[in-house]
Amino acid sequence: MFNLTLARKKVIWAYIFLAIPIVFFAYFRIYPTIFAFQMSLYDWNPLAEEQEFVGTGNYEELFEDLGKERSATRKAFENTALYIIIGMPAQLLLALAIALMLNEIRFLSSFYRVLFFLPFVTSTIAIAWVFRILYERQGFINTMLEAFSLPTQPFLLSPNQALFSITAMVVWQGLGFAVIIFLAGLKQIPRIYYEAAEIDGATRWQSFWRITFPLLNPSIVYLVVLQSISFLRMFAPVYAMTVQGSGGPLNSTTTVVLRVVREAFDSNNYGYAATLTVVLFVIILVITVLQLRLTSRQID
Amino acid sequence: MFRSKYLIVVVAMLVLLLGFQAVAQDDIIEIEYWQYNFGARVDAMNMLIEQFEAENPGIHVIHNSDIAYDNFRTELSTSVAGGVGPDVVTLFYGWIPSFVDAGYLVPLPEPFTEEYINENFVPMVSGSAAFEGEYYAVPTAVRSLALFYNIDLLEAAGFDGPPETLEEFKEMAVAATVYDGEPSLDNIVTEGYAIEMNGQAHHWFREALVRQFGGVPYNDDYTEVLWNSEAGCEAFAWLTDFETNLMTGTSEGIGGTADANTAFLAGLAALHIDGSFRLAAANSSEDLNFGIAELPANADGERETYGSYWTHGITRRAASDPARMEAATKFLEFITTADAGTLWVNEVGELPAQTAALENEELTSDPIFGPFITGLAYSHATFFIDESQQRQNLIDAFDLVRLSGVSPCDALQEAAAMEQDLLDEFWESRED
Repeated sequence: MFNLTLARKKVIWAYIFLAIPIVFFAYFRIYPTIFAFQMSLYDWNPLAEEQEFVGTGNYEELFEDLGKERSATRKAFENTALYIIIGMPAQLLLALAIALMLNEIRFLSSFYRVLFFLPFVTSTIAIAWVFRILYERQGFINTMLEAFSLPTQPFLLSPNQALFSITAMVVWQGLGFAVIIFLAGLKQIPRIYYEAAEIDGATRWQSFWRITFPLLNPSIVYLVVLQSISFLRMFAPVYAMTVQGSGGPLNSTTTVVLRVVREAFDSNNYGYAATLTVVLFVIILVITVLQLRLTSRQID
Repeated sequence: MFRSKYLIVVVAMLVLLLGFQAVAQDDIIEIEYWQYNFGARVDAMNMLIEQFEAENPGIHVIHNSDIAYDNFRTELSTSVAGGVGPDVVTLFYGWIPSFVDAGYLVPLPEPFTEEYINENFVPMVSGSAAFEGEYYAVPTAVRSLALFYNIDLLEAAGFDGPPETLEEFKEMAVAATVYDGEPSLDNIVTEGYAIEMNGQAHHWFREALVRQFGGVPYNDDYTEVLWNSEAGCEAFAWLTDFETNLMTGTSEGIGGTADANTAFLAGLAALHIDGSFRLAAANSSEDLNFGIAELPANADGERETYGSYWTHGITRRAASDPARMEAATKFLEFITTADAGTLWVNEVGELPAQTAALENEELTSDPIFGPFITGLAYSHATFFIDESQQRQNLIDAFDLVRLSGVSPCDALQEAAAMEQDLLDEFWESRED
């Protein structure tokens, strides 16, 4: 009808097919994101017909809360930072160590890979509940500790241990994914480098530090960014492992996203909840840009 | 030719449709009623609607109960955005402030005057249903707290009946606790009593214990927290003692149960404080030989309990049209009569909210329902601004005591400060 060449027709069809997911993405992802920005400027009550505009009121309240010692909001930001600071390096170090070992073995190597990857494809909620039961006062871990005459631990019941207990579960669950990425990265490194290093008399440590580590940089950057974001968005494990999803005891495990859910759907403070999401969005944006800048220098 | 045939069919169908609608509009007023999905409640309401429509042929009630309990509040919010929703809605009484704040509920018209409500409903309804001088909702049924006790476990500890006073309650809880080894929370095999602060214990503390120790939980207009008074401190120390010193139980549950309530249902706890809504679960636990008693009295014989209820209000959607409003009012009146309350207790097992329905001898002498119903006379329904946060404040206070070693009174002061902030913020926003 328009006398198009075959190639153009192809392009147009590609655009038409792409338009469907784009429309979906715009309507279900981008529009709600923008809507959340708008919501954060209102004292939003979804049952009301008209919303009360409060300008930066919610933001002021949030910053005020950050200054209060026992505020749940402040705890949420502190905890989220702790989850990243503890969880992300722990996960990457463990994953790297496991990947290096898996890279060495030949016998049953796929079996071991599957074993490490399994937790990642298992439902987080299911795993979280299993861990919750393991951590119980009279649970498996404490029974084991008792059997070896070690003092039993409160784990999730202690404001000092709960965050670490949850982090341990998240690190374990996400390990498989990081291992696979590292393994892929390791396979990309040509063997010839190691052979050359060996001839030059390099120790194993030297060849790891001078060859493996720098050449793994793209994998590391990718994982640091991805895992940081996933820790920033942490919700399900805390929701499932704390009493009634409270993020307790004493808010010691609560996260920003959990607060968003609590504020919006339990306390009906939709505006404040939206403000939290906007702040989280900005933090994720800044951290991601910084990490990409700082860690993605080219290796020659 | 071919096309015009289709056109005629379409036009004919349109005319028919519009015609039907016109007929429907002339004769029958349709109103919508929404509640969350719970089998027995849905069936009971269907019976009431059938009776109502038989009496009022001009009104048709659409019953929407296809909403999961957990999503109910969110779905109501979504319905506003979608421009649909109920004319008469069932809501938890604690949501009234927030719903009124949003302009979602309208003040109840005649005949729901203050006198009518005081005269017809149990005291806790008249005490909690008014908000800023107006009534916005009335219930069909209510719940209250009472004492669940395990007959076998108390017998094993040497008691042939439930505790009458707080003193006896403590004595029996201690005597009924069984440890495997040294007395410690880790070694409990049978619980005497376990505080479940995220269950009903915060209500028991706020509305019963504080009063029984000589205080009040809030001032009359709920602008000030008073459960941190000296009496409150004493009450809280008395309560937290069960876990911290007496070690009669833990809210985490024992023997593989997740919480104190499950432990009781599993026959692992002697005493348990819970609502009438727990009866169904207790009845279906076959091996559980349990009894119900009123909550223990203080040394002066004073008894107090907490009551709560799901209630029904009329929305602004109904108020937008006088005919709908009239129909909605009639419907609300019908589903909150003593007859409706009686039907409700038989079908759903919740206690009737109407004083007339409670004068039923059969009900008050029932060994299971009886103590709950007796309790309605002295029950209080807390006026909540944000129930989940107010509950969390007391959970946190309890956790400070048992997990961080803070003294009960100091912990209570911290929780009260948080709660006072919440109240201040709410009442300030109402002034704007």
